[in-house]
Amino acid sequence: MTIFTKRYYVFLPGLGLFLALSVLLSIMIGPVFVSPVSIIRLWLEWISFGLIPSGVSDMQRTIVFDIRMPRVVLAALVGGGLAVSGAAMQGLFRNPMAEPYVLGMSAGAAAGASFAIVLGAGAIFGIFAVPALAFIGAVVTIFFVYSISRTDGRVPTETLLLSGIAAGFFLQAIVSFLKLIASMETLREVVLWLMGSFSGATWGSAGLASGPVVLGTLILIWLSYELNALQFGDETAMHLGMEVETVKRIILIAVALITAVSVSVSGIIGFVGLVIPHIARLSAGADHRIQLPVAAFSGGIFLVIADTLARTINRPMEIPIGIITASVGAPYFIYLLRRRKKAISWW
Amino acid sequence: MGIIGQNGAGKTTLLKILTGVKRPLTGTVILDGNCLDTLSRKKIAAIMAVVPQNTFIPPLFTVEDVVGIGRYSRRNNRFTESFVDRIAIDNAMKRTGCIRFRDKIISELSGGERQEVLIARALAQEPKVLLLDEPTANLDIMHQIKIMSLVKKIIQKSGFTAIMVIHDLNLAARFCNRLLLLHDGCMLAEGCTAEVLTEHNIDTAYNVKCSIQFNSVVNAVQVTVVGCTDSNLNNCLNFDKG
Repeated sequence: MTIFTKRYYVFLPGLGLFLALSVLLSIMIGPVFVSPVSIIRLWLEWISFGLIPSGVSDMQRTIVFDIRMPRVVLAALVGGGLAVSGAAMQGLFRNPMAEPYVLGMSAGAAAGASFAIVLGAGAIFGIFAVPALAFIGAVVTIFFVYSISRTDGRVPTETLLLSGIAAGFFLQAIVSFLKLIASMETLREVVLWLMGSFSGATWGSAGLASGPVVLGTLILIWLSYELNALQFGDETAMHLGMEVETVKRIILIAVALITAVSVSVSGIIGFVGLVIPHIARLSAGADHRIQLPVAAFSGGIFLVIADTLARTINRPMEIPIGIITASVGAPYFIYLLRRRKKAISWW
Repeated sequence: MGIIGQNGAGKTTLLKILTGVKRPLTGTVILDGNCLDTLSRKKIAAIMAVVPQNTFIPPLFTVEDVVGIGRYSRRNNRFTESFVDRIAIDNAMKRTGCIRFRDKIISELSGGERQEVLIARALAQEPKVLLLDEPTANLDIMHQIKIMSLVKKIIQKSGFTAIMVIHDLNLAARFCNRLLLLHDGCMLAEGCTAEVLTEHNIDTAYNVKCSIQFNSVVNAVQVTVVGCTDSNLNNCLNFDKG
């Protein structure tokens, strides 16, 4: 069955358009309203290296390019990346509750970031301390979880899951301890970081994140046929001709890349990796070759809108985006469960 | 060829070793002249296809999806189906008869129909050898005969070899040309059906006394279990002892 059906050709570009519109809308909205025309003119000026003048004020240019665009772009990237990772994890573990953080990466990043914040590494190592330690925490955790799950050259998915849960608990304990010994200010900083935010986005962080996230996403989409075959079980996949352990490893590395980078630049944003894949599967089918691209676009749209809400609902204060995604994600997920119970458990 | 033996004699283990899922403690498996561990999974799949026993199949997939995944090792393009793939899938479904319910989802099928789909999936791989793990387990007598006849017909028509782990000695006797009798992890007997199925062999392998008669209706020997080695059925049931 080919995936390039009419549906594919209509649905995906449609989603892409929707994403572009959400991005535009998000850049427009803020304490200073920037008209869409101005934004497009600014883009044209940027693309044409200044040959097509935008005629837009410097203030607006700064707002669009230095303040809003980095965070919107980052939100789209992280949203898409986490959604695709979630879909891959659900396919890999054949479990509808799986999501990118299920192997303890969020807890590892939390531990790393808390460490950095509470022990004042920022003063010594500068502003990169927190993201760097968060990244290291996430990567070390998944590496550790993978290594202890290895038996006889194989890494059974059930063992991975359990090891991840155990590691998560342990790391949460470390985070709690760090919160305990923290001063009031650093405590608040830790808590805010944990809830996730795009407010600190710069072209530096967006640029740095884009490479790994896009690469990871492309790898996962490439492996979506493998994910289809894995639904039949590891042994059957082997019989069908797949090098199962190699494929698993690549999928996990891609997910780790996307997740660790995302978490280090924007904190722990939940529900995107869990709910968006289900929505994608319900609207586009369980064939991963379609589900993953749909999830990527949907995740991007979701997080761009969530970020817009995060900075406008309670102006001038920003609500951490993790709260928005959870508040919207959880009820919608319950609603989905009640309506389409069968489709949530597709296996 | 049928692989027969008691529970725990090592039939499934042997199958796992043959397909490369498990490594043998000693010795090597040679497939088409090459050592199994030197071959990539894709190459193995191009020669050997496995029909597993009562395995889990994602219930929401359609028959066509399941048969289609059998092309994994043969596909050139992972996102679209080539003409060759399409033909192979359709042929596989036609030969097993499951083409008549190609759009049904797996959860709606009976046990016998599921087996047909699994065999079709193996056929879509275009292998030279078919390995089946107790394909008739949990099937009613009609479907048992149907599946066994199907496999026999397939190998006769295509020149495949089929190696089947089977529990039912009489089905094995009827449909297999050669048998491999395992006992305690070792090979007890190997050869033509009539050679292997002797009262002595079955006594050693299964600890039962039996009577073997030729049944001209099905043109094969048939095994009838008479009793345990004690030749007294009551002594087989150890409930009253200790």
